[in-house]
Amino acid sequence: MTPHPETWLSVRPEGLYCEPADLFIDPARAVPRALITHAHSDHARPGHGAVLATPETLALMTRRLGEGRAGLTQQPLAYGESLDVNGVRITLFPAGHVLGSAQVLLEWRGVRVVITGDYCPRPQPTCAPFAPIPCDLLVTEATFALPVFRHPLAEGEIARLLRSLALFPDRTHVVGAYALGKAQRLIALLRGAGYDAPIFLHGALFPLIEVYRAFGHDFGDLRPATAADKSALRGALVIAPPGAIQDRWARRLHDPVVALASGWMRVRQRAKSRGVELPLVISDHADWDELNATAELSGAREVWVTHGREEALIHALAARGIRGRALSLVGRGEEDEGGGPEALPAGEVAA
Amino acid sequence: MTPFADLLERLVFSPARSAKIALLRDWIATRPDPERGWGLAAISGELAFSAAKPGLIRALVAERTDPVLFGWSYDYVGDLAETVSLIWPSPATPPGPAPTLPEVVAALGGVSRAEFPALLARWLDSLDASARFALIKLITGGVRVGVSARLVKVALAEHYGVDVNAIEEAWPATAPPYLALFAWLEGRGPMPLSADRPVFRPPMLANPLEEADLADLDPADYRAEWKWDGIRVQACAGPGGVALFSRAGEDITAAFPDVAEALRGLHAVLDGELLVVRDGRVAPFSELQQRLNRKSVSSRLLRDHPAMIRLYDLLYEGAEDVRHLPFDERRARLEAWVRRASPPRMDLSPLVPFRSWDELAALRAAAREAGIEGLMLKHRASPYVPGRPKGPWFKWKRDPFVIDAVLMYAQRGHGKRSSYYSDYTFGVWTDEGELVPVGKAYFGFTDAELAWLDRWIRNHTVARFGPVREVEKSLVLEIAFDAAQLSNRHRSGVALRFPRVNRIRTDKPAAEADRLAQVLALVENRRDAA
Repeated sequence: MTPHPETWLSVRPEGLYCEPADLFIDPARAVPRALITHAHSDHARPGHGAVLATPETLALMTRRLGEGRAGLTQQPLAYGESLDVNGVRITLFPAGHVLGSAQVLLEWRGVRVVITGDYCPRPQPTCAPFAPIPCDLLVTEATFALPVFRHPLAEGEIARLLRSLALFPDRTHVVGAYALGKAQRLIALLRGAGYDAPIFLHGALFPLIEVYRAFGHDFGDLRPATAADKSALRGALVIAPPGAIQDRWARRLHDPVVALASGWMRVRQRAKSRGVELPLVISDHADWDELNATAELSGAREVWVTHGREEALIHALAARGIRGRALSLVGRGEEDEGGGPEALPAGEVAA
Repeated sequence: MTPFADLLERLVFSPARSAKIALLRDWIATRPDPERGWGLAAISGELAFSAAKPGLIRALVAERTDPVLFGWSYDYVGDLAETVSLIWPSPATPPGPAPTLPEVVAALGGVSRAEFPALLARWLDSLDASARFALIKLITGGVRVGVSARLVKVALAEHYGVDVNAIEEAWPATAPPYLALFAWLEGRGPMPLSADRPVFRPPMLANPLEEADLADLDPADYRAEWKWDGIRVQACAGPGGVALFSRAGEDITAAFPDVAEALRGLHAVLDGELLVVRDGRVAPFSELQQRLNRKSVSSRLLRDHPAMIRLYDLLYEGAEDVRHLPFDERRARLEAWVRRASPPRMDLSPLVPFRSWDELAALRAAAREAGIEGLMLKHRASPYVPGRPKGPWFKWKRDPFVIDAVLMYAQRGHGKRSSYYSDYTFGVWTDEGELVPVGKAYFGFTDAELAWLDRWIRNHTVARFGPVREVEKSLVLEIAFDAAQLSNRHRSGVALRFPRVNRIRTDKPAAEADRLAQVLALVENRRDAA
């Protein structure tokens, strides 16, 4: 008789807890033992005792949180390798969300549980590709779980950005993009589309770019936007955190076209209320079709939803005979698109 | 449809006029005939279809989606056309090539009612989300992207290096997709002309009067009129039809069928102020506002908000262009024309006699009647020149009302001001000691004052709601405005006209700002005359 996952995987105030392995997955507050799916701040909190994650995630966490704050001890686990913790076999697989992002496979007493973390099934130039993993229970995100969210091809959105640069050759194009993941993906997509001019970056983006470079990613000619004089930014492409694109920092730009790269840009009112002139629908999350397909391909009879629009995904899964359950984990979506536009930092971001 | 959808998408998110013109020019330069003409007609409202009612669109989508998921999606997105365009399930293989804009336009002209739903579903199946949105907006008559017909003409003028007034003249002689117009602009054909269709002529505008200017002006050279608080219009009537144009050249005839009817049978081009007048009294501007931007007007609105034109200039008498004549001669002709034609729903804006500037200043100061914004001064010899020439015409607005109000909320501006908190909601005190917002001001200050206010707001924020910051209730702004009117759309019960920031009163404690009762005392449309 195999034990139902409910008997060994539970939601505690700190977050999702695996009892036999005695560890939390992406806990919302400091815990003795944490397994971290990826380095976004709403998943990777400071102050844990021991941290288990991919080498890329550990490097990104350390760069963001500082030496010693990203776990007193760190244990790297590469994609595809397994680790036995008190009888629980733990294996990490690429999630396709950002560099180092992982899906977690937990196997205990013959039951397979996959925790997707944040994931994106479309191949991306800046991280290892996602693949669905067969399991009995799937624990999934649901950030874009409404059928209005069907992300267009990112290449098409990049083409719109390049067309706009050609149409407004005197205006700086400033693209708001999250510092971890989105910014690097955007640069790689632009390079892939043949854009080889220098790209200017907000100062906050460089530390993580260096980590990506250390893992072998090349982004071409990147320059600090802060050091460039205003005339050099005429007709140039600038990437900055979303909080900076319309704030005081942006006054250095030349008559900017304000763009924002996010899955939320699919909805006009969201783009309008942000005052965005060129919304780019580029997301690092699964869209509606992909959320449903992933659940189906996993073969799981039961799906737990960590955060996002749980009710719609659970409703759609029920129609296919899959039992769904909302975990309503707190503290998610504070970084990256997961939080939706309301949670975007409205204030200043230090240059 | 995709290029058209891309254009719509860019226009909708580009607030700057210069950016809109650049987008229109790119469209004109890169799209072939007849697509470019149909596109221009659709965005400027010259081409409107009403082939589909929202009910049909809903029914089509209901056949293809789960009602619960559709409901949640609609709640989230908030717009039916947008929800449908996003949620529409594309088939794995499209039923055929995506239709082009000219194909859609042609099909809409010929399709029968019974065939239409199937055709629409096939179109939606073959388009992507953004093109579906453009299609649904087009067929439900709702492409609104902030582009006027005038802006299209300006873009054409800039693109082809032609005077925009020449395009205005040619415009009535062409119709979508404007093939003859493009042929002329590209040197492939003659200028389209039509003698009798109503044509918009750019009006003559006045400069604000600086009171110091008066010393150099001879009162005997100037004629004075009241400056009415309505909408400047150009009324065109002739054998080819009638039309009513706004100051910017927008054709607003459809919203004012009562006035259009009065113009029928006449032959002239007239300049005047559109007003709602009831029992001989000019109603506040807010009542005229209710008649604007309508494609059709209910009989109730026509009855309760009757419109008329108060005439002050004559551009054409019959087919004769009289714009070159001096003001006094045009005025004499206008008066004679009004006497002769005695048109309904029109009267003459009277000249205000005066002998000295002091006398006129006293008249201006005494005018507190609703509907009067101040005075116009026009040189007796001035010809009617399009644009805003310096010297012949002045507007001398009456002194504004001024209140001291407390800054409550600030919002980021748009375009060049998007990094500044430049829209200010201000309030005054109730008798209970509560602050109630009474208006929003976003001009009146200098660049230096804007920078100061922006810094103050960032340092005194108590809460944030997206682009809005709530601030400490401690900064007093002196707000100037032209009129106060009762309003049930504002929590304070009062709406201010043209509020602007006159001064920043750092010297005044917030507790000493004005009270709501003081603002209400300035209201001019109190109905309780007792």
